[in-house]
Amino acid sequence: MRIPFRFIAGRTAFYLFTAWAAITINFFLPRMMAGDPVTAYMQRNAGQISVEAERSLRILFGLDQNTSVWQQYIAYWQLLFNGDLGRSFSNGLAPVGDVIASALPWTLGLVGVATIISFVLGTATGAIIGWRRGSRADVIIPISTFFSTVPYFWLGLIAIAVFSSILGWFPASHAFGKGASPEFTLDFIGQVIAHGALPAITIVVASLGGWILGMRNMMLTVLDEDYIVVAQAKGLPNRRVLWKYAARNAMLPQLSSFALSIGFIVGGTIVMEMVFSYPGVGKLLLDATNAKDYPLMQGLFLIITLAVLCANILADMAYAILDPRTRQTEA
Amino acid sequence: MTTSQNRTEKTFLSQFAASFAMFRNPKSLTGLIILGVFVVVAIFSDFLAPYGPLDKDFSALRQAPSLTHLMGTTHMGEDIFSQILYGTRGVLVVGFLAGIMGTVIAVIMGVVAGYTRGWRSESLSAITNVFLVVPGLPLIIIIASQFEDPPLVLIAAVLAATGWAWGARVLRAQTMSLRNRDFIQAARANGEPLHRIILVEMLPNLMAIIASSFIGTVTAAVLGLTTLAFIGVIPITNLNWGTILFWAQQNGAFPNFWWWYVPAGLCIAILGVALSLINFGIDEYVNPRLRSAGERARALKKKGLNANDVMTAVRTPASTPASTATNNKDNNDS
Repeated sequence: MRIPFRFIAGRTAFYLFTAWAAITINFFLPRMMAGDPVTAYMQRNAGQISVEAERSLRILFGLDQNTSVWQQYIAYWQLLFNGDLGRSFSNGLAPVGDVIASALPWTLGLVGVATIISFVLGTATGAIIGWRRGSRADVIIPISTFFSTVPYFWLGLIAIAVFSSILGWFPASHAFGKGASPEFTLDFIGQVIAHGALPAITIVVASLGGWILGMRNMMLTVLDEDYIVVAQAKGLPNRRVLWKYAARNAMLPQLSSFALSIGFIVGGTIVMEMVFSYPGVGKLLLDATNAKDYPLMQGLFLIITLAVLCANILADMAYAILDPRTRQTEA
Repeated sequence: MTTSQNRTEKTFLSQFAASFAMFRNPKSLTGLIILGVFVVVAIFSDFLAPYGPLDKDFSALRQAPSLTHLMGTTHMGEDIFSQILYGTRGVLVVGFLAGIMGTVIAVIMGVVAGYTRGWRSESLSAITNVFLVVPGLPLIIIIASQFEDPPLVLIAAVLAATGWAWGARVLRAQTMSLRNRDFIQAARANGEPLHRIILVEMLPNLMAIIASSFIGTVTAAVLGLTTLAFIGVIPITNLNWGTILFWAQQNGAFPNFWWWYVPAGLCIAILGVALSLINFGIDEYVNPRLRSAGERARALKKKGLNANDVMTAVRTPASTPASTATNNKDNNDS
């Protein structure tokens, strides 16, 4: 196989540009704010921090007023390359990187697993509904659309009310039981799964509708193509025509919309974590917002954007593998 | 479209009606009717609501629905039905404002990116892609939290700024395909000015996609607004369905006081379904296969055939299965 250099170069340029844009937005966010974070921090700890301490805080956060914005921008990049995201006010001045690192695996695990389940399940269901066009399976579409228009957080609250409070099937909040500490034991893993099940199911239910609808619509279009007729005329079994001929082609737009909707999904799950008190990035962001902890907010936005970019790169690679045309025609 | 046998005069009215053709199907109409009910409620909420949204009645706290309080009361004795009615206005105003702003950005970015070539097109498309990829909600949360009391217009503007990109992308693709059609080429050869080509020749052909992008932005804005209100980023003085849920969550309504949190969520869902229905209708108008595929398959089924059978028995007048095997494609036509 030839290596599609132009395709790779184009995508790389796009991702570098997006990463640069996100980092720059991130740089300007605290500088657009009314009142800088240090002043806000000083006000809340009135009288407890000396003037010298304030000066050192300013320099620490890169908000030294004696330097130009351009110098600050350069210094910001230097700090980023050293992996230094500043210090979090609300966590006793702990490094932002460490605070995020302790929350990130929970979000990646929960949202990652739930999103992949939802995508696979939704796409497969959509393919089958599209194949059996005009059958009774069509009723799934209005039902799943209803669930996808319901706000995530409300669905989560109802799920807690019904399945935790009333039925008692799942624990209502947190990622593991009280008093347990992260360790690799069967008991702990069981707890994590039990606590993650309800949020994950809610995310799947809420996001399934979009995948089903998108795939079904593409299937209806693809099934009219001549190569489907030819495949059937050749006498290939239906199962093969459905999955290898129709679904494989109908999936391509699904993949690109998957890449683009990751940001949207991540946004929805942030609120999900708040509802379930799940110790992930989303809850951290909301806590940071309430505490006006700007360095942490900034760091979180950066990490979330970069995570979304990584997911996009993966989706791109999957697309290129499934669709040889992207590799050939653009090269 | 009028058939040749039934030719009608081209009047302004018929032209005007024709530009709404994408809404003329059962799905879109149902959605529009539901949306219309919400709009009426939003306009006349002052007359419809039995109580003020914040009127407190301390003799009726946390009451279940009854005739005096159709949807029960809050912990402060406020009437939830009235809050829902007044909240409709907050949701729709922000939703439509964001939809209009987002659509204007999407049309400008999308059409210009689609019509021009070279670096202009590429750079506009790169900006669009950046906005598509950057996660919107975290950005909105951070920006909205900067303001003590963000005005409605600002919230709508932020929601529009994070929601226009999808529409711009679709519009760009459609404009690129229109650009090379004969009638556009002819207009260009005639020396029509650029603004006329775009406004008169292209926009009417983009209306369905613009409408669908508007509806999509409104849907996203409604979800975004209620989410922000629920988180508590938007001040609670701005009454909408999300604020009701915020109060319910803050005051321990879950799980016992169902009348406090179920109606607001259902309203968001019903409005969302209505907007999706409108878009389903537009989708079927743009891509008729979405509707006809199901209809054809159902028609075949009535005749006892399966659209996916490779070898379908051809029904002879005597209705005995013939041995001739044909592809289902041929049966579709008969």
